[in-house]
Amino acid sequence: MSLLELHDVSMIYGSVKALQGIDLTVEKGEWLALMGPSGSGKTTLMNIIGCMDKASTGSIVLDGVDFTDVTAGNLTMLRRDKIGLVFQQFHLIPYLTAVENLMVAQYYHSMPDEQEALLALERVGLKERARHLPSQLSGGEQQRVCIARALINYPMLILADEPTGNLDETNAKLVLEFFQQLHREGHTIIMVTHDPKVAELAERCIVLEHGRIANRKDRRIVCREEEVS
Amino acid sequence: MFWEMLKGALVRQSRKMFMVALTIALGVSLTTAMLNVMLDVGDKVNRELKAYGANITVIPRAASVLRDVYGIEASSGKTGQYLQEADVGKLKTIFWANNIVAFSPLLETKATVGSDDITVVGTWFNRQLELPTGEVVATGIKELKSWWTVEGNWINDADIKGAMVGSTLARKLNLRIGDSVEVALPGGVQRETLTVQGIFNSGGAEDDQIFVTLPFVQQGLNLPGKIGKIEVSAITTPENELARKAAHDPKSLSLKEWETWYCTAYVSSIAYQIEEAVGDSRAKPVRQVAESEGTILQKTQLLMLLITGLSLAGSALGISNLLMANIMERSREFGLLKALGATDRDVLLLTLTEIMTTGLFGGIAGYFLGLGFAQIIGHNVFGTAVAINAMVIPWVIISVILITLVGSLPAMRMLLSLRPAAVLHGR
Ligand SMILES: Nc1ncnc2c1ncn2[C@@H]1O[C@H](COP(=O)(O)OP(=O)(O)OP(=O)(O)O)[C@@H](O)[C@H]1O
Ligand SMILES: [Mg+2]
Repeated sequence: MSLLELHDVSMIYGSVKALQGIDLTVEKGEWLALMGPSGSGKTTLMNIIGCMDKASTGSIVLDGVDFTDVTAGNLTMLRRDKIGLVFQQFHLIPYLTAVENLMVAQYYHSMPDEQEALLALERVGLKERARHLPSQLSGGEQQRVCIARALINYPMLILADEPTGNLDETNAKLVLEFFQQLHREGHTIIMVTHDPKVAELAERCIVLEHGRIANRKDRRIVCREEEVS
Repeated sequence: MFWEMLKGALVRQSRKMFMVALTIALGVSLTTAMLNVMLDVGDKVNRELKAYGANITVIPRAASVLRDVYGIEASSGKTGQYLQEADVGKLKTIFWANNIVAFSPLLETKATVGSDDITVVGTWFNRQLELPTGEVVATGIKELKSWWTVEGNWINDADIKGAMVGSTLARKLNLRIGDSVEVALPGGVQRETLTVQGIFNSGGAEDDQIFVTLPFVQQGLNLPGKIGKIEVSAITTPENELARKAAHDPKSLSLKEWETWYCTAYVSSIAYQIEEAVGDSRAKPVRQVAESEGTILQKTQLLMLLITGLSLAGSALGISNLLMANIMERSREFGLLKALGATDRDVLLLTLTEIMTTGLFGGIAGYFLGLGFAQIIGHNVFGTAVAINAMVIPWVIISVILITLVGSLPAMRMLLSLRPAAVLHGR
């Protein structure tokens, strides 16, 4: 059984068809890159998979749970238990230290555990900065805290929407190395990116265009062209 | 973790919360000040009313019967019954003479000025009265109506052509100090010309009247030596059961009770002694005076209450704006909490606790600030210190809770409608 199955998913905002007839299957342990021009519906799709929004139509099954018709409250619970989110704009709580930011995620999931949170920071190489506020960390460091936070509750699926979009090359490299390590450990990752070098690291690449998944030929062109460039 | 988050939010962004606390403090300080002043000034005025306000009116016995039976106000002399001006001094011969602080005879009549019917009152203004004991006391309405504000001068009792005009009437007739006013008394053939010496403001019905010397009215009505009533201001002891029993019927008292009553400065025993001293008179406690002053007090308190309410509403509005801005600024933070699995209830609880804690600090600061304001108001407006009343504290607590809750309502509503997907991917 696949980890994630989307069937004929559409999202309509008034007159804007942000997504139309999306069919997508993601296997456990897979790293999927999601590409496409601005406004093609990448974030919209991530929001639906991440249980942040409900699709207008279509069915979504995550880890055997069909959440096509769940209530908003249950969607929150699903997200909390199964999804780890990494954002382009890190979104750390500004008045909490790095370790406290991780503990908040533990708190709303189950129980805060400082030791575990410190270990998680150590994994992303930020043990020394655990007591620093986000404003005292560099962008790359903030994003690493973010990734540590996304992992802290052992999610089934890690969703990263342009995680390197706000980082310089060195920091982007550090973060991507970490994603590679996660992939090797068997985590399932869906990552939105504009950068073909980043997409190259993924096992599979799909391209969205006007809310649809582009056909195989186009996809090869986009991915390869981007691989070349 | 909840407390760590709360602490972080309060301590590490204390400047923003300080503004909220300040707004609450201002609202609360006004509430504290107003309530303290209100309660204390109420007490003070009440005490003063008890000491000086229980005035007594002495009227002819016949007039009193008419008034009691037919409800006719007999002071204008229509009944043809009068007191003797010569008896006025006898007031100061009673057992409680020292408690009588001011008194004045009055003789009232209707008169016409131009085409208007008005009331003219003859009285003593500031008379040096020689008592049978040889002692001289100063009395008259200058003592009796000490709260009047007078523009110009009080009349000299020898100035028979002088007049003091009530402020409302003066405005109506367009009279100024030094103007002449022609008055026609009933029965009098020719008009008398009076000079306006003073214009007074009493805050009561007298503002529509003209006050003149007693002889002027007595001569005009051809009633030499007669007066309609005497107004008396006496310091009295608060009423108790005995006083009420005696006021009902002094004859129902036992001898011992009667002695106690007679030798206590109850308004009823003073009135009784006045009746003994002044022939054919009826002395009655006048409640209207105390009541009208009570009404003024009530109105002042109402005004203060209104100001308190408005200042509370104002600070609730201010808080509401500040919190709205604060939540809007932090919308990503709350969106993130929701994305991490926080329910609406979790987020509301966190922000409300944050706001309430801020409110607590603001409220405490505001309370002490308000005590300071109360003293400033007390000294500037009432000329005395204002006593601190513990009764205010529960009201302050209620008002803090009320303004913070009402003030945070719009922000809470916004929090509930906040969708994490909308704020977290905002560019
Ligand atoms: N809440 C919304 N209301 C109305 N239209 C929306 C809403 N969210 C997204 N859209 C529209 O849906 C389309 C897809 O938006 P989406 O954010 O998914 O694009 P994207 O592929 O993530 O673009 P980018 O690369 O710029 O992030 C856009 O045309 C956008 O304007
Ligand atoms: Mg996007």
